[in-house]
Formats: sequence, C-alpha cells, structure tokens
Amino acid sequence: MITIAGAGLAGLTSALELARAGAEVRVYDTCPEIGEGSVSRFAGGMLAPWCERENAEEEVITLGARAADWWADITPVTRRGTLVIAPARDAAELTRFARRTSGYREVDAADIGSLEPALAGRFSRGLFFEAEAHLDPRRALRDLAGAAQAQGVEIILGAKAPGHIDLDCTGIQAPLSDLRPVRGEMAMLHSAEITISRTIRLLHPRIPLYLVPRGGGLYMIGGTMIESSSERAVTLRSLSELLGAAFTIHPGFAEASVMETGAGLRPAFPDNLPRLHQSGDTIHLNGLYRHGFLLAPAMATQVAKHFFPERTNANHSERTNA
Amino acid sequence: MRIYDTDISVPMFLGTAQYPSPAILQQAIRASGCEVVTVSLRRETSDGTGAGFWDMLRETGARILPNTAGCHSVQEAVTTAHMARELFATDWIKLEVIGHADTLQPDVFALVEAARILTADGFKVFPYTTDDLIVGEKLLEAGCQVLMPWGAPIGSGQGLRTPDALRAMRAHFPGVPLIVDAGIGRPSDAAQAMELGMDAILLNTAVAKAGDPAGMARAMALAIEAGRMGFAADPIDRRDMAVPSTPVLGLAELL
Repeated sequence: MITIAGAGLAGLTSALELARAGAEVRVYDTCPEIGEGSVSRFAGGMLAPWCERENAEEEVITLGARAADWWADITPVTRRGTLVIAPARDAAELTRFARRTSGYREVDAADIGSLEPALAGRFSRGLFFEAEAHLDPRRALRDLAGAAQAQGVEIILGAKAPGHIDLDCTGIQAPLSDLRPVRGEMAMLHSAEITISRTIRLLHPRIPLYLVPRGGGLYMIGGTMIESSSERAVTLRSLSELLGAAFTIHPGFAEASVMETGAGLRPAFPDNLPRLHQSGDTIHLNGLYRHGFLLAPAMATQVAKHFFPERTNANHSERTNA
Repeated sequence: MRIYDTDISVPMFLGTAQYPSPAILQQAIRASGCEVVTVSLRRETSDGTGAGFWDMLRETGARILPNTAGCHSVQEAVTTAHMARELFATDWIKLEVIGHADTLQPDVFALVEAARILTADGFKVFPYTTDDLIVGEKLLEAGCQVLMPWGAPIGSGQGLRTPDALRAMRAHFPGVPLIVDAGIGRPSDAAQAMELGMDAILLNTAVAKAGDPAGMARAMALAIEAGRMGFAADPIDRRDMAVPSTPVLGLAELL
C-alpha cells in the first residue's frame, strides 16, 4: 500500500500512474472537496510547453510535450493552439518572444482574423503555436480523481494521512527548505459578445497576460508572478493590470462581468522546475510552479518508476534529482 | 568608490526582478561579481513576506539595497522605505517615486521631498533621478550623498539617450558618486557610461531578460570594468585628422 498526502495535481497524477503500475494507493487530503486545497484551481490549464520555454528551461518541452495526449485520456482537451500577440508599441516583445521559442509560425493581420475573427483588425502580427492545447483545471482535477478511483485508488478527503507517508504531494505546505511560494492572481470574466476559441497571450514588458477560454463565454485571465507568501485576495494593482490587458485584447471586455477573482501560492524550487526529493522514508513530488498541468504527468511517471523501477514504461523524458 | 561611508569595489549594482528563476538570478549575481543587489519591496511583498526569495538573495552574500519601485507618491515611498528598513535591517534605500505608470519617469518634485523626509529620518538615500543638474543639487541639499541619473527610461534598453547631459553632470558634481540607473541595454552602453566618468551602473532588465542572464551579467561586469579603466587611464581626445604614430621626417620621399 502506497500512502500519498495531498490530492492535488501532483498527488492524483502520481496516484493514477502508481495504480496503473499495479500499486494499491490511498490518497489523503485535509480538504473536504477535490481541488479545494489545490492551487491548481486558479491555474490557466495551458498545455503550452513551447510558449513556456520563453522564460523556462528546456525541460518544460522535454517533460511537457506529451502532456496534452496524457490528459486527453482523462478529460476534454482543447487543441486549438496558442496565439501570441502584442500591442503595436510593444512589437519588440514579440520579436524577443519569437527568438526565445520554437514551434510557432508567424501570422499576419489576415491570419489572426481568420484564426480568431473577434480579433480581426486589432493586431498586425503574431505567433501561432499550433500544437498547444488547454483544459479546464477544475474539471480536469475532478476527472483525474475519477480516473484514479476507477483504477482502484482510494481517495480519503477531510483527513490527514495517518502514520507513514510514502509520497508527499502537499505543495507549499510541504516541509522542504528550498521550496518557496510564488503568488499568482487571476480573474474569471464572462462576456456574451466576445468569442475567442483558443488561448491568447498578450505580451507586454511588465504585464504579460494569458486569456484561456473556458467555454460558454467564460474566460480565465492570469496570471501574476509575485515572490510572496501572502494569500490575501487579489490586489487592486494586479487586478487592474489583468483587466487592462484583457481590455487591450478586445475593448469589448469592458462590458464583461468579473465572475471571480483568486490568488494562490505556487510551490517552486530555486530553478522553477519540479523534482522528486527523498527525505527519510518519504518521497516528495513538488515544485510544479506554474507548470502543474503541463509537467505533472511526466513527473508522475517518474514517481511510478521510482516505486516500481521494473514495471513502468518510460513514457516521458526523465528528470530526477533526489 | 565610497558611498555613505561604505567602500564598494565592484562598480555594478544588479536588480533582482524578472529573472527566469531565482537559481538563474543567483548565477547572474555570481557571474557579475557585484556586491550590491536591489530588491523591490512594493511588488514582491504584497503584505505577506517574500521570505523564500529574500533568503535566496541573502545566500548570495550580496548587500541588499531595497528600492521603492512602484511607488507613486511621497507617502507611499516613505512608508515602503520604513518597511524595507525593518525587513532588511538596512538604512540604505533606493528611492524611486514614479511620476507616470507608463513611462516610469521619476517625479522629481516628490523625489526631493521624499529624500528630505527620509534623510532626516536617518536613511541613506540613493535617489533615482533624471540628468537634470538642478534636481541633482536639490537632492544633495536634501541630504543625499549619491545621485542615480537615468540613462534612458526604465527597461527600455536604449542606452544613454543624453550622454552630454551625463557628462555635464559629472563635471557639475565632481566629488559625488554618480550611478547610472536604468536604460542600459548592452555592454557597450555600460562601458560608455563608465567612460563618461560615472562611478557605477545599476542594471536589471538588460541582464534578466537576456537569453543567458549569467553570460550577460559577466559581459556587463567586464564592460563596466573596461569603461572604468578607460576613464581612469585618461583617453585621448578626438581629432579630425589622422595623426601618424611614427615620425614622418626622414622617410624616403619618392619624387
């Protein structure tokens, strides 16, 4: 029996991979509902390794390239790519972004208009990362819990793991000295008039923004990156920056309703990459940072490989640093 | 260079925002060899603590110069400076009072007022200012012992937009440490500033947003050192004509 503490992204993806490898798995979470204690509820849910490479190590691609396929077995994945745009005055940002990334094609005003008719005439240049995808984080986490249970995983909510913990996936709560919180803030908008079908990234030297459609006129916008452990509600500064950026994507968002705002703490190691860490008899999977949905599947495969070196197929590239 | 009774041997200050990761920031600090790093309080605390991040900064051994980036009024800047003094146990403060959210141009009137309040309160103020001589004088009157003129708008990477104004500043404030803060994009910009006789350079975006931040930090450190040595070595003046470096007299002239 493998006992996991934490039924967030790291805990549930690991539970599923361990169960697939034949283990009996029990997952404990102190929250009474799936996802309630997980910072992933505020995530964008982008499966965008090529865009993320702009500001992250190559591992986001080697570990994340297959994430969309992994998730597609579990939850609906929208494979419509990512459109990266910038206001005319910040065209230099687009040039820089292009230089630091791969897996895109350059698009002009006409291409942008045919990809996203709502943005026609608003942007003259962009980058289209066709292979990227996104999912709905809250639904995905529930579906993931369901898939794990179908595989025989026992999930016990509202309870601390009794006795020994084999795998600690408690995020920022974990007792790891080089783990730090990076605060992220988001908002959920509802617009009846604007239809955007894929993830949009708006580049700006100070306030890069992503907008992820959730369907039915709902749009998630995020996400700030602040070196802080504060869990207080979104600040006016951050919210006005996020909303201002949404307005720049389309002025019609001025009429959108702000349905929700949120702030959470992403757990991160100094290199902003996740890793397995052995501490006594307990293995930690932590540090998913802003790449939870992207990197959790590959990391979970590594967890399974750690517990069952023989039985697991290496479906993903490795990153172990115990 | 001596600033507020502290000797600083490496004429480079590094900002700590916008790096891909704290690990890369640490590499950049080490590669530059700089002794002083600046950290923004306003943005990075958000009323909790940035403890994890700050601990990593302290590990580098660099001296921390907190800044008031993002403050738009005297009161905001003064409050932030007080928070910084408590959090980092230092009376050094890089004073920024931003006049406009988009251009990030300093509000020099509020800057002078905040500098006066803070120096009276025992702070050692490093004011981020323009290259205006009179503003510089007012800041010195307010008790500042160092001036930090811009090279170009923050984060713009334009290099020195007004080298003549910086040259004039050097001439006007011969004994005052001058640190170019903001606008440096490439190593040659930093070298140029040092050749004008500036005492140090403060950088952030040019290093943090480079493809290889540690490599750029090192390149900047070398350029700054080259510029500093070049200025100290008293460069020759420009001339309109060629000047032969070997004697012409006595050479066979073919008729």
